[in-house]
Amino acid sequence: MIYLQDLLLDIKSLKVGTRLHISGVLYTARDAAHKRIINILDNKKHLPFQLNNAAIYYCGPTPVNKNGLCACGPTTSARMDLFTPRILSEGVKFLIGKGARSDTVVNIIHKMSAVYFIATGGIAALLSTTIKRIDLIAFKDLGPEAIYRLEIYNMPLIVAIDSFGNNIFNKKR
Amino acid sequence: MREIKFKTIVDSIVQLCADVNYVLPTDVLIALKKSIIFEKSLARTILEEIVENANIARNKQIPLCQDTGVVNIFVEIGNEVSIRNYNIYNAINYGVGLGYKEHYLRKSIVCDPIRRVNTNDNTPANIYLSLVAGDKIKISFLAKGGGSDNACAAKMFTPSSKWIDIKKFIVNVVASNGRNACPPLIIGVGIGGSFATVNHLASYTIFRTIGSKNENSFYREKEKELLTEINNLNIGPMNVGGKTTALAVFIKANQTHIASLPVAVNIQCHSCRRKTVII
Repeated sequence: MIYLQDLLLDIKSLKVGTRLHISGVLYTARDAAHKRIINILDNKKHLPFQLNNAAIYYCGPTPVNKNGLCACGPTTSARMDLFTPRILSEGVKFLIGKGARSDTVVNIIHKMSAVYFIATGGIAALLSTTIKRIDLIAFKDLGPEAIYRLEIYNMPLIVAIDSFGNNIFNKKR
Repeated sequence: MREIKFKTIVDSIVQLCADVNYVLPTDVLIALKKSIIFEKSLARTILEEIVENANIARNKQIPLCQDTGVVNIFVEIGNEVSIRNYNIYNAINYGVGLGYKEHYLRKSIVCDPIRRVNTNDNTPANIYLSLVAGDKIKISFLAKGGGSDNACAAKMFTPSSKWIDIKKFIVNVVASNGRNACPPLIIGVGIGGSFATVNHLASYTIFRTIGSKNENSFYREKEKELLTEINNLNIGPMNVGGKTTALAVFIKANQTHIASLPVAVNIQCHSCRRKTVII
């Protein structure tokens, strides 16, 4: 198990294809939240969380149930490709989702020395057990597309694009 | 006439909302477990995670996937059933709204595709009614995630098209769209009918049990051929490479126009959340 803040100092140690368990703070953002974040940046208004060194998780969780658990797996990352260069240029270091990214995104991940992790899609019940705390922090009106701050512990992830631009989906098949 | 009450429909739908989202169908779970031995490294780990997830979801009553889906409901109403005191569409939607609220499921429906405001109760469901003989109502409930629905495709071929062209199209849909739609997949193929009905064929055939044989021997062979080609793509679980790209291919063919040859490919993710009940 490794903490995201420790990985910030050692981002080049992450190699494509490695599976690891991470802990730390993630911010959820899907299509609609990305649109709003970009809009806030364009209008130089106040952001709901600091993008610099942050980890963004492409996820729209279910409501928290009576046992305090919510299903929270990744959504398809490619839909966020359009927004990702801007997001990374603001200092976001970790992206978490599922599936392949565009060449543009791979290049910008390399350039900004960031990392893209994949979580297994459709295992939201398993991933729910890694959430220690969930707080809604912005865009409540978007429902599941709002921004949530997640404290996660021991979440299983795979390095899909590393800071050198190596891409798990690019292997010769 | 046998009367089936509003409340009976609502109660069945509420229960289905919970059942499909918490319990992976047995045939899907068995197919996933069987595929583990053919995989190694990351592909194997991912399949093991998927199986473990199914156990956690069932035992702790947590949704299998956070995308608890759009609800597609196929209803067969017997002609000896009376539902005259209420609107069946209202009953189903009332059940979906209640079920998604009571069971802490995600509300993923926006009321307009362009203006996009969430309806906050996951309704309306997509409801397909058909009339059959008998005094029962059969409800087939599918909760489908947006990611895999986005990966579906249809094409209007013409009668001179060869099987190899059709096969190439189906395999290409999996290779280009299906790889990001949470493989291992279940592929529903509709052939024939019209533009309106071919997508319905491809959608409803997902209710077939994995391992069941196509009643038509011609299409049984085509299913085998397609499954082999798709699994040779080396997409694998979650697109990390491997032998298990699809668990099954189901083909449903229908009559068509002399000028037409419609083909629809339904991409279903491994979290194939479907259940049928008969009232």
